[in-house]
Amino acid sequence: MSVDRLTTVLRALVEVDGRSGSVVDRACAATVGLLAVDGAGLSLMVDGDLRGAVGSSDPWVDAVQELQSTLGEGPCVDAWSSGRPALAADLADPRDVRWSAFGLAGAELGVGAVFAFPLGLGAIRIGVLVAYRGAPGRLTDEHVAMGLVLADVATQAIIGLQAGASDDALHDLLAGEPPHWAEVHQATGMLSVQLGVALDEAFVRMRSHAFAVDVPLRVIAAEVVARRLRLPALLA
Amino acid sequence: MIEHAPLRREQRIISTFVELANNIVDDFDVIEFLHRVAERSVELLDCSEAGLLLVDAAGVLRVMASSSERADALELLQCQNDEGPCFECYHRGAVVMSAELSAELERWPTFVPSAVSKGFRSVHAMPMRVGGQTIGALNLFRSHTGELAEQDVLLGQGMADIAAIAVLQERVLRESRGVVAQLQGALTSRVLIEQAKGILAEQAHTTVDVAFTRLREYSRVHNCRLVDVARDLIEGRLNAATIATPVVPPDSLPVS
Repeated sequence: MSVDRLTTVLRALVEVDGRSGSVVDRACAATVGLLAVDGAGLSLMVDGDLRGAVGSSDPWVDAVQELQSTLGEGPCVDAWSSGRPALAADLADPRDVRWSAFGLAGAELGVGAVFAFPLGLGAIRIGVLVAYRGAPGRLTDEHVAMGLVLADVATQAIIGLQAGASDDALHDLLAGEPPHWAEVHQATGMLSVQLGVALDEAFVRMRSHAFAVDVPLRVIAAEVVARRLRLPALLA
Repeated sequence: MIEHAPLRREQRIISTFVELANNIVDDFDVIEFLHRVAERSVELLDCSEAGLLLVDAAGVLRVMASSSERADALELLQCQNDEGPCFECYHRGAVVMSAELSAELERWPTFVPSAVSKGFRSVHAMPMRVGGQTIGALNLFRSHTGELAEQDVLLGQGMADIAAIAVLQERVLRESRGVVAQLQGALTSRVLIEQAKGILAEQAHTTVDVAFTRLREYSRVHNCRLVDVARDLIEGRLNAATIATPVVPPDSLPVS
């Protein structure tokens, strides 16, 4: 890791507007400044699924993260599974066939470019740092190098926070989640009983349904939990 | 066949340090790294054997790596828990050397006869230090008498320093990995509990809130962790019927 870049990142973390709160939010704000992007977010992930944002620079970022969570695809998922940055300079580019659903839906939300950097230690991955631009445009090599340093620093910040938490629990700053998050998993449990399938299959069914009817996953989940929606059993 | 010109000494030193620094990465093996330091020490410095000792939690110096598996060299490293150049170097936190081992019989009555009988004539020990703390020592054995050249002493100290950095880095990484594992565990636990609420709500035809109350009650009465109850429910070892079965709360049991 370049000492110069590390110094730049640490200085940016300190100099970010002091009112912006926690170290994770500061890391997002520093990312916006250092990578010349319009929004940035930090999300924890387990098994390739986004588990709620722990920090973001903008509510708009949360909406795009939720979209990736609904679709189960996108740069965050790829960065997590490959352990390498996933960079999309032009989300609407039809030649970029990596994320057919997220590419279209993300562009509709006004996302021009997405850059996701994995968080983790060696083979263990804990989430992503993601940066968004409203307009298409590549990151320079220097920006990519800076993004990797930002991801390392964010990882250390998250580990530092969690080191102060009690066993079995998440640190308060990491436990923050949108209210719909719990409902997605509750609905998964309910659907698995209703459909007589395993949890992962129940989740995939719910996600496919959300995609098919073009409704966010959290809305579908809330309907299931309130027992206003039942998914049809698959025909044998 | 092209014969490669031998690298100039400075180039070899630089490439050695670059190689070592590049190996201190996320998942590096610290023992393998220390072996590399010992091997490179013999290649770069005027010595025939090199070994690294680290102090363990009980304050005992342990051999971590050596340039060869020569049994007599290992034995010489291992025998230094009460006396010897490494022992002295570790306790003083400073370079310890002897240009003529046979003249040090009074200083190291056990170490010297052993070293001399194995053909070693002089010895140097460099402390492995980080932030004022000595955590071990690098030992260099030579089959001839005399002091190491000043530049070799500096270089030897540099090898000991990078070994010390690697050891501390590995300890920090190990602690971080523990925290990361706990973080993943906590993230997974929350998902399991939410899923279990949904399963129980559906099985018991109730709301997720009531389901959660029952899960917590079961966990409290049976004195087991909520996440374990959730996992048992998910994996079918528990179900709505078993969880709803009233149990005698422990505080109403007769005191034995």
